[in-house]
Amino acid sequence: MKKKLTDSNLLLIITVAVFILMYSCAVTMLGGGFTKSQTFLNIFNENAALIIISCGMSLVMITGGIDISVGAVTSLVCMCCAVHLDFNGGNVFTAILIALGIGLLFGLVQGVLIAYLEVQPFIVTLAGMFFARGLTTIVNSTQFNVENEQFKALKDTRILIPGIGSYNKKGIFIPAYIEIGVVVALLTVAVLFILLKWFRLGRSFYAVGGNAQSANMLGINVKRTKFFAYLICGFLAGVGGFVYFLHVGSGSPSHASGAEMNAIASSIIGGTMLTGGSGNIIGTLFGVMSLSTIKNIVASLGLDDAWWTNITVAAMICIFIVIQSVVLSRKNKSSH
Amino acid sequence: MAQNSLSKDQNFFLKIIKKQIFIPIAALLVLMLFNLIADPSFFRVELGTSSLGYPVLKGNLITILDNASELVILSIGMTLVTSASGGQDISVGAAIALAGSVVLRVLCGTETRPDHLHAPIIVAFLICCIVAMLFGAFNGVLVAYFKLQPMVATLILFTAGRSIAAWINNNQLPIISEPKFGYFGNFFPGIAIPSPIFIAILFMIITALIMRFTKLSLFTQAVGINAESSRLNGINPQFIKFITYVILGFCVAVAGFIKVSRLSTINYSVIAKDIEMDAILAVALGGNALSGGKFSISSSIIGAYVIQFLTITLYKFEVPAAALPAYKAIVVIILVVLSAPVVRKKLADMKKNFAAKEAN
Repeated sequence: MKKKLTDSNLLLIITVAVFILMYSCAVTMLGGGFTKSQTFLNIFNENAALIIISCGMSLVMITGGIDISVGAVTSLVCMCCAVHLDFNGGNVFTAILIALGIGLLFGLVQGVLIAYLEVQPFIVTLAGMFFARGLTTIVNSTQFNVENEQFKALKDTRILIPGIGSYNKKGIFIPAYIEIGVVVALLTVAVLFILLKWFRLGRSFYAVGGNAQSANMLGINVKRTKFFAYLICGFLAGVGGFVYFLHVGSGSPSHASGAEMNAIASSIIGGTMLTGGSGNIIGTLFGVMSLSTIKNIVASLGLDDAWWTNITVAAMICIFIVIQSVVLSRKNKSSH
Repeated sequence: MAQNSLSKDQNFFLKIIKKQIFIPIAALLVLMLFNLIADPSFFRVELGTSSLGYPVLKGNLITILDNASELVILSIGMTLVTSASGGQDISVGAAIALAGSVVLRVLCGTETRPDHLHAPIIVAFLICCIVAMLFGAFNGVLVAYFKLQPMVATLILFTAGRSIAAWINNNQLPIISEPKFGYFGNFFPGIAIPSPIFIAILFMIITALIMRFTKLSLFTQAVGINAESSRLNGINPQFIKFITYVILGFCVAVAGFIKVSRLSTINYSVIAKDIEMDAILAVALGGNALSGGKFSISSSIIGAYVIQFLTITLYKFEVPAAALPAYKAIVVIILVVLSAPVVRKKLADMKKNFAAKEAN
């Protein structure tokens, strides 16, 4: 039984434990908002897009690569959808198609460049990021809210969770809710979890990330596997972009700035290593939740300045990195 | 047989193409040619007056040389870090904000608008160097001794750097009114060429001397190519990795000092924004492998000038600053694809086939 506790599982357990510890600390020490079930669900409501993007990022990181264009693609998707809905009188369905199309296109081009032309992923996706950010301002350079009725109806759709909720000051019961984006995000996590666990393609992501040469000898098409990782990551950036758009309901060049770094940080906290070959989608989900919780805690402590949040997040990444390197050295010792 | 059929000048041509420095120089020449055809007045250098009333040289070329100074200095450090550790430091932009903040904190004390400097400028510079090198050492320890991937290790400072910079000055934005402080980022009185150019040249000379008279270059490459075998040969790979990050810290200090001196003030969230991306690009444009190993600093330096040349060219064509990255990305993709080993091999094969057909 003891052998089943692999490094990946250990890192996942640490991440989940830290999240639960952090949240229960927040509930007992700070109380107030943290005891409400809605506060917990708001973690999902506010981070649905980040969860989706981080899942794609984890996938790429498992194959040993990186994709820093995802934040900029999110912003581009928001702007294109907003312009499509408001200026060109489009409907929501075509907007979704546009979002997915942009994501797929970025994934496709970057995938071909990285997998088949063997250009370094950092440089390709860096150019992708520059391109998407620049294109966003070319499409439209100012922020504006979308007034499309159809879209607004979709944006304001709330899925009520039966049974849980809280009483407001007048004693009226307010049921807790989640947004549509959360369903998409959780679905993404579930699909990717199944893909990575039980499908040939998912397993080959780990093999390629662990050791591309031996994966090749095992008969895995390394290039195609890498290509699919970037394609899926790009596609998820498109999906995440639309979910982000659904949450904020506006287009702006500054949307989702720094989202790529948050996604990388979430993946790292979730136990995915940049060297590749190891990682877990459930961990990534908890990584996003931990990141969001620490930000909430800092905000509710009254240290409202943005710089305190950044310093705590950095400290948290630092701690998790140290945990990872301890786990890694344990593994090296046992293998010798 | 095909080798013999190639004429002598063709061989010479191939030799040049194979040189690492060829790509950045070719890119620079193409950009220059493009500007020459589009608008020859791009290269005009005129005599204008500085803000202090001295006659100074003005023109696009001077602007390029001037504005590229920080990037050139950073790219030198970044090349070493890339070579030794096979990864890049993404925290240099945040570290520049931090270094600049330290300079202002030392010079201004706690006042936001001091009427006199609280310390000599050289003291401020030295303290800024020490702080920046300490932060470089922090990154270096994480990378070399904790064996973290450089991007992950520097992600910490990338996230926290600008916040710490704001915290150093209590979230104030001090402004220095003393004109002497502005000399380093603008003009020294009586000298017609912007001083950052001199600082960059001085920096290059020092680097060249260090590379010439120490074993740093050799050791760095050895560690980058194979850390284990370099250890067996008596080099301490951890220390070499560590020292490259400290050197990058010093580069950051100089770049940050110039940046702050240009405006005599600081804006924590805007100063040196995205410069880490440009610095990494400069290294990649110079044909250096981002996975470490062999490097050429002069190629990186030319790469940095190419980036600045491109930026100014795009401004010249009235591309708005926010849309600039899109055009930059296209150029980068073209360059990177052309220099990709797979593409180069294909092109070389095509050329060979073509030559063989002609011979028949």
